[in-house]
Amino acid sequence: MAKKEYAFYPGCTSHYRGSASNYLVSAESMCRHLDVKLTQIPDWNCCGASVSYAGSGELARHVINARNFALAEQHLPGQDIVATCAACWLNARESKEKLDASAGLLADTNEALKEAGLQYEGKAGVRHMVEVLIEDLGYEEIGRHVVKPLEGVKFAGYVGCQTNRPFGIAGESFENPVYLDQLVETMGGEAVKEYDQKVTCCGGALAVSEPEKSQKQIKDIVESAYDHGADMIVTPCPLCQANVEIYQADVNKRYGTKFNIPVTYYSQLMTVAFGGTAKDATLDGQMIRATRLEEIAAKPVKK
Amino acid sequence: MASDLNAQALARYRNDFLREVEERVDEGEWVKMCMQCGVCAGSCPFGPHWEHSPQKLFMMIRAGKRDEVLQSDSMWMCTSCYNCVVRCPRKLPITTIMHGIATYAHRLGLAPKRQPTRDFSVVFWENFTRNGRANEMRLMLRLWFKDGIGAGIKKALAMKNVGLGMLRTRRMSPFEIFGGHGVKDVKGFQAMIRKAQEIEDRRRGFTK
Repeated sequence: MAKKEYAFYPGCTSHYRGSASNYLVSAESMCRHLDVKLTQIPDWNCCGASVSYAGSGELARHVINARNFALAEQHLPGQDIVATCAACWLNARESKEKLDASAGLLADTNEALKEAGLQYEGKAGVRHMVEVLIEDLGYEEIGRHVVKPLEGVKFAGYVGCQTNRPFGIAGESFENPVYLDQLVETMGGEAVKEYDQKVTCCGGALAVSEPEKSQKQIKDIVESAYDHGADMIVTPCPLCQANVEIYQADVNKRYGTKFNIPVTYYSQLMTVAFGGTAKDATLDGQMIRATRLEEIAAKPVKK
Repeated sequence: MASDLNAQALARYRNDFLREVEERVDEGEWVKMCMQCGVCAGSCPFGPHWEHSPQKLFMMIRAGKRDEVLQSDSMWMCTSCYNCVVRCPRKLPITTIMHGIATYAHRLGLAPKRQPTRDFSVVFWENFTRNGRANEMRLMLRLWFKDGIGAGIKKALAMKNVGLGMLRTRRMSPFEIFGGHGVKDVKGFQAMIRKAQEIEDRRRGFTK
């Protein structure tokens, strides 16, 4: 029996062949090593993301998230909901806080949910995968699973916005959160502690709609990683990962830079450090290859 | 109709735009709590691009500058980074209020036409409410081709390397064009959203 079980909310980008499918596979690999069992919430839906507000409205956006809570409560009773995506977590958590604080909003929400034959009872907790790692397992326990320390690799821990604000990880500061650096060090890697763009916004959804404005953000984020000698960037957010990785060529064109730095997920680092293969860590899902991680993944485990 | 809704709102609130925002905008009741310190303005990553900071919009709401606020494109430039929210000494949910003002302006038909993030927002909402989950492939195609075939092909060519890279790394599937992933209970999902909007319209006085 698995040590810990969660109702998993992967989100829209994490499905098979979605833009964050490498996050999905590597997070599942990481959890297998940690004896954490993830069961997808049956028939989960989109959280509304950050940018769908024009068509939504307050109640609709809470109802959308409450549908996932209700499904989790019904099918996976007693389990906390765990999201890997920053926006999924933020939206779900915001809705949960609002619904738990207002009986009126909860009644309206349940009236709407009835149309889908569901009811939210306020039981399911909402967590981010990083919270599970840090709070439910802890650095020490995670460290025990490391069989291939990521020695000699320098990581710029790019936390970004939505796992950090407005809720953040308990005990961390909004301006200089250090959990990602601590995870890197737990994996035996070197964290670039003076990385000064770790909480800079990548432009979010506006990287698509207003790229000329967003690419300045991406330039700052990548440039600082280079300035501090990082070999690669690591992040907990799928939109941060995508924006900072896939637009580097565009940024180069716009600013005359020569950026080509890998942007990975913490779950990929951890899978490799736990002895997983490059395939388990979906390193083939990187547009900019993380060769240093590939080399470590290819090495045999020292007995 | 949007113009009817605007006329109805003007008749209902007359010159009291603050009350209109408080009653009709998500988290609008917080606007009067702003103490005009300007930390939000200095914390916004898109600061160099907008005309009206949150601070300015809040003061304009209190000053009754209805048209200027609802026609502004500034709140559409919110990236949802929440930097202003965590730094606000009064802890105002500024991000949600920005989205809320944008939503209201859009609803009344007053939001600036062809504002790219407004277009994206509408397309995104339609995209995932169609079958319960966001479909990245359809989302991109819809955005590229929203200004016609010619503009779409040009945009697709400009994005060619990103697209090919995503295909090569198996982070995009062309098969998503045909339906793609979604929830099983699409009917229940859509009925639930319709009901939520109907309830909210009643609560906010859009309908009786």
